[in-house]
Amino acid sequence: MRGVSLSFLLLAGMSLSGAPARADTAGGVPSTMTRLDNGDLVYHHICAACHMADGKGARGAGAKYPALAGDPKLAIAAYPTMMVLNGHGGMPWFAGILTDRQIADVVTYIRSHLGNRWMDPVTPEQVREMRQPITLEE
Amino acid sequence: MTGESGFQAQTRRQLLTKIGILAGSAGLYQAMTSMGHAMGTDFKGPPKLSGAKPGTRVVVLGAGLAGLLAAYELRQAGYAVRLLEFQNRAGGRNISLRGGDTVTELGGATQTVGFSPGNYINPGPWRIPYHHQGLLYYCRKFGVALEPFIQLNHNAWLHSSQAYGGRRLRYREFAADFSGYTAELLTKAINQHRLDDIVTPEERAHVLSSVATWANLDDDGVWRAGARSSQHRGYDKARGAGMDGAPTFSTPAPRAEVMASGLAQWLAFPEQLDMQTTMFQPVGGMDNIGKGFARQVRDLITLGCMVTAIHQDEHGVKILYDDVAHGGAARVEEADYCVCTIPLPVLSQLDVQVSDRMKAAIAAVPYASSVKLGMEFKRRFWEEDDQIYGGISFTDQPIGQIAYPSHGTFSPGPAVLLGGYMFGPAAMDFTTMSPAQRIEEGLRQGQALHPDYRQEFRNGVAVAWSRMPWTLGCCSMWSEQARKTHYKTLVAMENRLVLAGEHASYVGCWQEGAILSSLAAVEQVHKRAQGAG
Repeated sequence: MRGVSLSFLLLAGMSLSGAPARADTAGGVPSTMTRLDNGDLVYHHICAACHMADGKGARGAGAKYPALAGDPKLAIAAYPTMMVLNGHGGMPWFAGILTDRQIADVVTYIRSHLGNRWMDPVTPEQVREMRQPITLEE
Repeated sequence: MTGESGFQAQTRRQLLTKIGILAGSAGLYQAMTSMGHAMGTDFKGPPKLSGAKPGTRVVVLGAGLAGLLAAYELRQAGYAVRLLEFQNRAGGRNISLRGGDTVTELGGATQTVGFSPGNYINPGPWRIPYHHQGLLYYCRKFGVALEPFIQLNHNAWLHSSQAYGGRRLRYREFAADFSGYTAELLTKAINQHRLDDIVTPEERAHVLSSVATWANLDDDGVWRAGARSSQHRGYDKARGAGMDGAPTFSTPAPRAEVMASGLAQWLAFPEQLDMQTTMFQPVGGMDNIGKGFARQVRDLITLGCMVTAIHQDEHGVKILYDDVAHGGAARVEEADYCVCTIPLPVLSQLDVQVSDRMKAAIAAVPYASSVKLGMEFKRRFWEEDDQIYGGISFTDQPIGQIAYPSHGTFSPGPAVLLGGYMFGPAAMDFTTMSPAQRIEEGLRQGQALHPDYRQEFRNGVAVAWSRMPWTLGCCSMWSEQARKTHYKTLVAMENRLVLAGEHASYVGCWQEGAILSSLAAVEQVHKRAQGAG
């Protein structure tokens, strides 16, 4: 965590920007943005950047952003929870960026929306139990 | 450990921990920066390779700076090189956009850049630290003209919606007040003998004299309205001539407001080694570096090759790719060795014959999301109205900053500035918007720094790196855990394949990382080829 002041944290409802300060980053500090206090908002302000607003993903040069719409792997809630927390391949980790509550909200959202019908909600406690330490390198 | 003073000398870690507890992570970060934690790159000159076995073939994947340089150095060493590139251009993320250029992103949105002739934006890399000696060496070697990039401008704006009533103020006003009050507080503490237990009487005098000079305090050690403070923070009425030539001094903002503002985080930014002056940019656009590199190896490059698989065995490597220019026809390129610079979010999804360890390393480094807004205005109002010549204004709004062109100063007519530059969640948020919405948000937020922004606006282009089909992100994001577990695997040659690119370096997200990793890869190929006899 670098250059993150408390006022920014509270305003952003987040715990960290994704800005690595070693790199040719923006200002080296996170900026405020809309409060993301439900799964719909988290999805459409964060996840949709790659998975697209309709959850259908996209195809690039020999590689893709996978579709979440109709993805049978979402049946097991632990799978998307782990992916959001830890990332894998092109998917960045959101541990340290989104709160337990935001991750629970958005996993619940993608499993019950975007054409998916797994209605059992994921709780912040379940997310917390799966958290592993991930620290952006200085 | 006891120092010469007889006082217990603190280790750097102890000191940093204390600063962290007292001042929070922002203070800790600032302290670490000022202690010179980071170092420059370790470019040791071009590789000296000789004795390549004639006819040994190397295929290089990706014509960004890493791939272009690998192709150049390997041919110099005597190898038979071919370079396959997916796009219809060389340069990779080293790119500039000019009037008439088009950008098509995932999701299908296509933007046509409307800039006037001569204007450009660098949506990828845009500045080069003076200590990136590898990149600078090859720029000189390949005849790429460079000019200073203006990073720090004392007359640019700082803005926080949470401070100073949301009012913008000049960098120099804040910087002067911050150093002024800091020096005043330290002076008071020393004079009231509050620090006697940690500074010797001799050091006390040194500190008092140094901070008074540094901050330009009045002789009694106070930061207040007057000649001294105005020399740093500026005047209310500037110094002139004639009957009314006398200046009017400006008044420092209240100390509590200065300290509570949080703006000090932006003073820390240009102090980072990677952001310190002097910085450079290529004359005429960042892509002049990519073009300069590509000129050296033009005859080796095949464009429109979408790699689908990298196979290897004891006899050689086989690259399977679709020929985009010929209806996606499946083709095969065979070679003895391969230097692969394909961005990891793409590479992690291809059929690559490597060990499970290497596969895990390739999948362990996601790419950051980043967005840049290039906005053209009718005139250089930031110069004409605000006397801002280059440099960066910062805001706590999602756009983060507005950066003014370092080149073309005082020229009439339309000019382009960087109207927003984001990483992390703010970048993802902007990415979810349509290009037109991104520009509209840039305009709306930019008004906090430039109230007349809208009426001067002509057109803009918004590049969201997560939507670029050929890289699926901006640049590598290493966690401490991934670095420990996977870095050495990722950068080591495995059989006949070696990776290169900024992701395969400790200079991530900088072009220098591409250069250094390329040289490291080329040396491994040569060594392997020599050893293999």
